[in-house]
Amino acid sequence: MSSKVEPYIRVQREDFDLQAEVDRLSTQTSGIGAIVTFSGLCRDEGGKLAALELEHYPGMAEAEMSRIASLAIERFGLLGLTAIHRYGKIAARENIVLVIAAAPHRQAAFDGANFVMDYLKTAAPFWKKEHGKDGSTGGWVAAKDADDAARDKWK
Amino acid sequence: MTKLVYFAWVRERIGKAEEEMTLPSSVVSVADLLNHLKTMGEEYETALQFPDVIRVAVDQEHVEHDEPIGNAREIGIFPPMTGG
Repeated sequence: MSSKVEPYIRVQREDFDLQAEVDRLSTQTSGIGAIVTFSGLCRDEGGKLAALELEHYPGMAEAEMSRIASLAIERFGLLGLTAIHRYGKIAARENIVLVIAAAPHRQAAFDGANFVMDYLKTAAPFWKKEHGKDGSTGGWVAAKDADDAARDKWK
Repeated sequence: MTKLVYFAWVRERIGKAEEEMTLPSSVVSVADLLNHLKTMGEEYETALQFPDVIRVAVDQEHVEHDEPIGNAREIGIFPPMTGG
């Protein structure tokens, strides 16, 4: 029924503008009745964390995000999907990731954004390293079983 | 020649971000590749000592350890992902 919806995917060092990204999606597409946005931020971990260093696999990061986004578009009948992931050093309370899902009705938009985040966390090649406020370089953040479980609920 | 690229603590433990090498013909699967790399020195052994937590991508697509590497141009080796 619908023509192919192409996701808007960016992997970038700079911050994103939530409203500008919502506007980009909503002004280019007709039929949208619901937009869900998800922003992932760098937690300050009770004031102990200064920043996260985000490493990524250039090329594959974009490819995996596109693949996941296309799965979501197909599965939930989305009218638009934006996914932006930052890399480099990201200070506490700054943005890390943005997902916007647009659909005719809310349930598909909620599910689409949720699905993209669950898959992105376990399949998009990004890694976080902690930098403490005391100047220490903490370890690499460990992957969580809970993230695998969250992804597997969509199977 | 196959290009190998390493990320996160795999990169740190091996001590380089990428390298090119000619793989012996005995290296067929991803598991073979990891076993081969482990013979290349202590740093590789340390990086790859727990294969369960090693993820591999062939030409930028995720693969399981029992899959063949085929005529891969680029193989990425890294820990479980923690983005988002």
